[in-house]
Amino acid sequence: MSILVGPQTRLVVQGITGREGGFHAQQMQDYGTNIVCGVTPRKGGQQALERPVPVFDTCWQAVHETGANTSVIYVPAAGAPDAILEAVDAGIGTIFCITEHIPALDMLKVVHVVDAAGARLVGPNCPGATSVGSAKVGIIPGSIHRPGTVGVVSRSGTLTYEVVEALTEAGIGQSTCVGIGGDPINGSSFIDILRLFRDDPETEAVVLIGEIGGNAEEQAAAWIGEHMAGVPMASFIAGRSAPPGRRMGHAGAIISGSGGTAESKIAALEAVGVRVADAPSEIPKLLVEAGVRPG
Amino acid sequence: MKLQEYHAKALLLRQGLPVPDFAIAQSAAEARSAAERFLAGGAGKVVIKAQVLVGGRGKAGGVKLAGSAEEAEQVASAILGMDIKGITVRRVLVAPAAEIEHEYYLAAVLDRASRKVMVMASAEGGVEIEQVAEENPDAIVRVHAHPHLGLLDHQARLLGFRLGLGAHLREFGVIARGLYATMVANDADLVEINPLAVVREGDARSLQCLDAKVTIDDSALERHPDLEQMRDLDEEDPVDVAAREQGLSFIRLDGTIGCMVNGAGLAMTTMDLIKRAGGEPANFLDIGGGAKADKVAAAMTLILADESVRAILVNIFGGIARGDEVAHGLVEARAQQERHVPMVVRIVGTNAELAARILADAGDPDVTTAETLDEAVERVVAASRAPAEASA
Repeated sequence: MSILVGPQTRLVVQGITGREGGFHAQQMQDYGTNIVCGVTPRKGGQQALERPVPVFDTCWQAVHETGANTSVIYVPAAGAPDAILEAVDAGIGTIFCITEHIPALDMLKVVHVVDAAGARLVGPNCPGATSVGSAKVGIIPGSIHRPGTVGVVSRSGTLTYEVVEALTEAGIGQSTCVGIGGDPINGSSFIDILRLFRDDPETEAVVLIGEIGGNAEEQAAAWIGEHMAGVPMASFIAGRSAPPGRRMGHAGAIISGSGGTAESKIAALEAVGVRVADAPSEIPKLLVEAGVRPG
Repeated sequence: MKLQEYHAKALLLRQGLPVPDFAIAQSAAEARSAAERFLAGGAGKVVIKAQVLVGGRGKAGGVKLAGSAEEAEQVASAILGMDIKGITVRRVLVAPAAEIEHEYYLAAVLDRASRKVMVMASAEGGVEIEQVAEENPDAIVRVHAHPHLGLLDHQARLLGFRLGLGAHLREFGVIARGLYATMVANDADLVEINPLAVVREGDARSLQCLDAKVTIDDSALERHPDLEQMRDLDEEDPVDVAAREQGLSFIRLDGTIGCMVNGAGLAMTTMDLIKRAGGEPANFLDIGGGAKADKVAAAMTLILADESVRAILVNIFGGIARGDEVAHGLVEARAQQERHVPMVVRIVGTNAELAARILADAGDPDVTTAETLDEAVERVVAASRAPAEASA
């Protein structure tokens, strides 16, 4: 099964004629993702990609003419909130927004519309999701994976790649790897993704990669304690050495007052039995200790 | 981006909030003439406040009262040029001193958990809200504004009643909705009025915003060119200004190991591992996705501008960023630099083999490569401890 994306995915790429959108759409198609079309307003009628797919002016056409059920957005920040809402209005159920630097108050309005429509948004400012061997949606490099049963959920981009590569080298394969993004206001939380992993028969263990700022990791820990007891889990939290009060790149990564520290997150996770690594390279060992067998 | 108090107050005034008259002075003479005007207008005293973005200015002696124009001039002359936590005071705000009966706290913040704007209020104003939260959490009242309809009348009323502001309920409602409007109109992630005070003037009492803090969402600055004008370059490290102009996310720290990484999470992790191995990072630097050679070269210049840097770690996980582009940038940057600092380079992912060849062809004796992050960290920490002549 895997989660979010897989063989059932019929993907529309919003912003497919742009530089980023075009490049990554090709990478996704090369990986084997079923891209059914692209959308760029006023570019309708063109074709895109090496195995050509149609480009439409609207998401409405994408859904009606190709049955698209998943969208990935590479539209610049000024147009991205509207692109998300366009996908929702067209009836697309799963939406990934890769775009970064979307103003937080724009996202704050958008996420509540997404929720009310019963759609699922991952991101913004996220690397997307890959279900190993079946579908890659977003920008995660395809070459770092190995098929298996470990689910990975993360707030970062390249740090996720680092962890996934460490798993692959240790012979530990992945079911789905999901980046939820580093912005303060985003569509899916750790808990939303953990719930999907819990209910996925192909996922037997989970790696959670967090970072300083906010209290999403603490909330995830509380949820894990109640709903995922007994599932082998490992974690890494970035930012132990970060000084308070400075924004470390991501808009969300800041220690303010006594909140959001790595210590608080690590303590919360360890309290519910999650093994927390001191370095990304230690995660495979911790998973093995928790009962995961390298394949 | 944090705004100075006088800018924050100007934004509150734009939304019709009650802010007592104030003037900005860059010299003692200007402060004197402002004080003369307020004292002639009936004020018994004036308050003179240092305009700096760091907290704790009151404790540092940056806020003082004056009863005459002469005294205002003396006080302003003492505060201007004063050093508050490393920041030189260049401006003071001069305002009539208010006769305060009670101080309240009122703020709007982005609440990540509910994904709404949270409006917080407390009858214990004038102190840091973190302190109230710790000592008397029940004293803080919170409501969440509707994501599409904004702060509703009944929510503002609820806050007012719970603060015991019955006599000023209508005024308070206007202020609470104005606070929310200030947040939305300016894409702020924080608007704080502390204190919001009941002020007495003769027999009349009214609510007034006596101090204000506003932080603007950096992602929204592009659509607020007027707010970008409020940026206080005097208070920023010139290195930060240079980094922002290059589109780099850079924070200077106290250590000796310069770091160049793509991605914020991986950059923090690299710093954490350096520290764990007994080294001290000299900076946080995220060159971002898709960084080209010129951006890499600019990043290297920023790192080497810090004289305490004794070794550099370049850690790139190619995805959007291509390894060969980064390697070209590094070679280019080394050619331009006069300082030769040992550098450990670890490039994996997209075009990593090409990157390795480019670095090998350049044949720079100061550059070594590493396969894994742990190995790279170990080498760079060792290099940072090597005798200085090795890198001279």
